[in-house]
Amino acid sequence: MNVPDRLRPYVAPLVAGVIILAGWEGTLAVTDPDGFVLPPPSDILGALVENRTQIWSASRNTGFVIVSGMIVGVLFGIVAALLVSRFRTANEVITPLAVAVNAIPIIAMAPIFNAWFGLLSPRSNQAIVVILVFFPIFINTAKGLTLVEPAQIELMESYAASKWRIMREVRIPNSLPFFFTAMKLSSSLAVIAAIVAEYFGGRQDALGPLITSSAGLTRYDDAWAAVLAGTLIGTVLYFVSVLLERFAMPWHSSMRNDPFAATR
Amino acid sequence: MTTHAVRIESVSKIFNPGRPNEVQALVDIDLDISPGEFVTLIGPSGCGKSTLLRLIASLIDPTGGTIHVNGKSAEQARLDQDYGMAFQRAGLFDWRTVARNIELPLELMGWKKSERERRSKEMLELVKLGEFGDHHPAELSGGMQQRIAIARSLSFSPSLLLMDEPFGALDEMTREHMQDEVLRLWSETGTTVVFVTHSIPEAVYLSTRVVVMSPRPGRIATTIDVDLGGRNDDTRAETPFFEKVTEVRAALRAVEAA
Repeated sequence: MNVPDRLRPYVAPLVAGVIILAGWEGTLAVTDPDGFVLPPPSDILGALVENRTQIWSASRNTGFVIVSGMIVGVLFGIVAALLVSRFRTANEVITPLAVAVNAIPIIAMAPIFNAWFGLLSPRSNQAIVVILVFFPIFINTAKGLTLVEPAQIELMESYAASKWRIMREVRIPNSLPFFFTAMKLSSSLAVIAAIVAEYFGGRQDALGPLITSSAGLTRYDDAWAAVLAGTLIGTVLYFVSVLLERFAMPWHSSMRNDPFAATR
Repeated sequence: MTTHAVRIESVSKIFNPGRPNEVQALVDIDLDISPGEFVTLIGPSGCGKSTLLRLIASLIDPTGGTIHVNGKSAEQARLDQDYGMAFQRAGLFDWRTVARNIELPLELMGWKKSERERRSKEMLELVKLGEFGDHHPAELSGGMQQRIAIARSLSFSPSLLLMDEPFGALDEMTREHMQDEVLRLWSETGTTVVFVTHSIPEAVYLSTRVVVMSPRPGRIATTIDVDLGGRNDDTRAETPFFEKVTEVRAALRAVEAA
């Protein structure tokens, strides 16, 4: 079959996805017709359509926590990476501190964060997303800023370029592939962090509480529909990262027409 | 008094002085290079030839002695951008097009955009890659990348060109072609060249003078003048070339045996 090159990376996963869903649906029709253990995809889709108002509103609240938390976490991560790669003292102070903070099981602290920010405030959820996103962004970006070909630095020094100029011309462009790899990692991490944090508190009109309450009422198709909504948010964020990456580094050879390139 | 392009007086370099991993890289180096010369530094690994080049470039500082470039301190020469440099790895920036790689030193020197573009076009013609200005380095072969790196080092017409095994990673055919290219650029621009290599034929073919260095600690063993006149396709197959190759090889053998 002749598939145009532009569409190629999308066709194979789509076909595979359809086969998996059909298999899921078909197997359950035989083994578990009541859909008690695992609802078939058609039920989940039905629940998504039926509860669309509720899920849309919950998705917006959770989406806000994820996106705002990610923006702040990413900005902190970038600033910390820049400081660490530019100033030795900053490196000596920030890096061990960040490693120590990363060792704390942050999600386990969600109930404590609720006590700090208020049980029903989204602030505690945001704070958890911020902290979880910060670390991979910080570590990867800092690595990209430091792992520079020595000849490129010597070359800039031979032109008597200033440290900041070297940062701008060499270190920052060099760090972009590392940064965007971290962005893609963070986009799924942020979704998990936000939803799990919401299990413990925050706004009640959100995906986390929707999943727990639906599961509590044994309405598993509703719970799955909420999980699906979370998945969609994560997927959208992933592809936004891919788009930003293409925009930021059009030169990159892994960019040629393959949205999954960086994960291969 | 004529100004030397490079004047090196009793220079020594010790890495990590006073520490357990102290290395005496260079001792007692004296070397004068006149404007327009093509000097190669050759020697076994560990003889400090790359270190000497970096000292001239003022990328590192000598432990003792003085280095002058164009009559001023090496550091001042670096700040004044008196020299261009090319390394074994082309060191091109993937995020810049080929033309903008060549323009990089010009940007740092504050050239106007129109002048930069005119200049990079000229340089691309000079290294015979005129149609590749809008490509990214990753799309070019190793030899083409190295030519771009050389174009970049020459873009601001420096009076001195420092080259650290620029063809070390290239295959033999590309290498010989690049040698002719550099000789052509050298005769067209009249720039002084200091060239580090560990290939005897390369040193003989290119130079007006071969500086043979000995290792541990690095010092200058001997210098050999070369005058092959105008090189062409036959030069490498002719007696004067072989005689000089033999002479340099003997000098290197003596160094190894010592």
